[in-house]
Amino acid sequence: MTALAFYLFAGVLIASAVMVVTARNPVHAVLYLILGFFNAAALFLIAGAEFLAMILVIVYVGAVAVLFLFVVMMLDIDFAQLRRGLQRHAPFGAVIGGILLLELLLVVALWRLAPEAAALRAAPVPPAVDNTEALGRILYTDNIYLFQLAGLILLVAMIGAIVLTLRDRPGTKRQDIARQIARPGRIDLLRVPTGAGIATTGILRPEPAEAPAAAKPVAHQPQGEGH
Amino acid sequence: MNWTLALPEIALAVSAMAILVGGVLPRRDTTFPAHIAALGALLLAAALTLAQDRGLAFGGQYVADGFSTFAKLLILFGAAAGLALAQEWNARQGIARFEFPVLILFATTGMMVMVSAHDLIALYLGLELLSLPLYVIAAFDRDNPRSAEAGLKYFVLGALASGLLLYGAALVYGFAGTTRFDRLAQLLADPARVSAGVVAGMVFVLAGLAFKVAAVPFHMWTPDVYEGAPTSVTAFFAAAPKVAAFALLARVLTGPFGGLEAQWQQVLHLAALGSMVLGALAALGQQNIKRLMAYSSIGHVGFALIGLAVGGEAGLRGTLLYLAIYMVMTLGVFGVLLCMRRGGRAVEGIGDLAGLGRTDPALALAMAVFMFSMAGVPPLAGFFGKLYALLPAVQGGFWTLAVVGVLASVVSAYYYLRIVKVMYFDAPLPAFDARPVAVSVVVAGAGLFTTFFFLFPAPLIAAAQAAVAALMG
Repeated sequence: MTALAFYLFAGVLIASAVMVVTARNPVHAVLYLILGFFNAAALFLIAGAEFLAMILVIVYVGAVAVLFLFVVMMLDIDFAQLRRGLQRHAPFGAVIGGILLLELLLVVALWRLAPEAAALRAAPVPPAVDNTEALGRILYTDNIYLFQLAGLILLVAMIGAIVLTLRDRPGTKRQDIARQIARPGRIDLLRVPTGAGIATTGILRPEPAEAPAAAKPVAHQPQGEGH
Repeated sequence: MNWTLALPEIALAVSAMAILVGGVLPRRDTTFPAHIAALGALLLAAALTLAQDRGLAFGGQYVADGFSTFAKLLILFGAAAGLALAQEWNARQGIARFEFPVLILFATTGMMVMVSAHDLIALYLGLELLSLPLYVIAAFDRDNPRSAEAGLKYFVLGALASGLLLYGAALVYGFAGTTRFDRLAQLLADPARVSAGVVAGMVFVLAGLAFKVAAVPFHMWTPDVYEGAPTSVTAFFAAAPKVAAFALLARVLTGPFGGLEAQWQQVLHLAALGSMVLGALAALGQQNIKRLMAYSSIGHVGFALIGLAVGGEAGLRGTLLYLAIYMVMTLGVFGVLLCMRRGGRAVEGIGDLAGLGRTDPALALAMAVFMFSMAGVPPLAGFFGKLYALLPAVQGGFWTLAVVGVLASVVSAYYYLRIVKVMYFDAPLPAFDARPVAVSVVVAGAGLFTTFFFLFPAPLIAAAQAAVAALMG
């Protein structure tokens, strides 16, 4: 049964990995990547490393893959252009891949463990404890100092990102939902002909609350107060 | 679990977080109260450091001894002075925000962790906790492309250095099987167990730390970052982090890698020689005074490295004394630089100091004292710093280091004295804007220390001696 599950997950993992590279649509590629991560997590579960499985799903699927999706959707990258030289560069890539494979095989073949290594481990896995709990025990007791320091570093990173990017310009348009709902006046539905452009249809900008100036046609969609 | 030993660090980190919350929540500008609270937190940490017990904590990852107390007090003093200098300047420059003191506090926590590190992981985390806020405050004037460039450059090169250090630490761990300093020292004391892997790892760790102190092969970032970062930030960079990195170097070299002295001595020898020569020659043609101070700091790092390269109690004592004196001088110099503001705009050319002797005699006198002291003119403090750094080299027979050191200080005297000449003999430019009070206080204090150090050198020398004894004992 375990073997069946292993081959199932491993097969899907390899198939989705191939699809990541070959998919024409970059969004599909990222979705295949997510599928691959889930299958890898399942393989970790089979191996008895449930902590790694959780981390893989939380970190890679929850954060990294979503970030990839953002980048793919927000940046205007022409992936077809990027992939144009695939055929031409394939032999070169194959050579590099072959060398890497050879080196990996060498590592696996020549791998030796010092016989006394197992006995020398500073933090052996305690018996009758699953590995999440074992990690938690060592992280929150012996290494609490280092753990808290790492937390402080992450906090500093967060402060730094905010300090360097958050801007409080006087002209910033913030959505004030309460005001938006309480706004007097009427809302009209307009039928916009396809390709007519907003400026020509006569949609007017909502009046600013402080200084009601003459409403003027705008070139972007008005959505309540600002955006 | 004797976590109370780490009370200074804990207090500093907690107060930094409290100031952060206190700065975010109110809907008004909290920059000034945040600065004052940060100064209070540094004072509290200093008091706790003085009252600290000695010993190991957190399973041997943290050490508190006489050496760490000495270095921490220096660091806290440097950070407090840097913060006091920065407040008014940032406000006038329009970059004052409450995150600045918070980041300084976190950086100071990182420095204290570095000084008390007794484990390679703690060393690395402390270094990162120091570096990350520094990257951010280098780019603090974010609308100024030079500041943003400085931050980015510092970040990229700093990340590279962290990578080197981490790689070295991994090699050491892989070949030695432990990251604890005392166990490493025990292991490496036996020459039979020193493998090439450990030596390579140690060299990588040294490279990462040399980057932090800006010693010669790893100095490239210094001029650009010093010039690009806001002057208030440069003042902070030049003082406390150098002390922390040197203290860490001293601890790592005498503790875990004490058995590898023959190997690291060569590395430090070259780094010290290169730093002194480059610091002396590259500064000659500079027109921007912050850039000049950057090259000057590289030169001073070379002098401080002499003591480490020579080793022994006298050498280490020389390094500590040099650092303490250099920190005070450099804070004074940057205090003067922070006064360089004409018509509401900060100026930083050497030519802008022209005629300061007539427009602001007190400031010019202080600057002249610092310049003479940095050049090593007796009886100012800088002379004693150089004396205590070079004397062990002469006594230990390190003639190259001593001769190059003397020659480098002769060459560097040219550009220090050129500033004095510009201040007193060039046609005066319009006067600078009024000085902030805090800056005047710091400059005056540093000036008095530099001038009258020769009358009362004993307490500092005794403190450095005790610190070194605690480290070596």
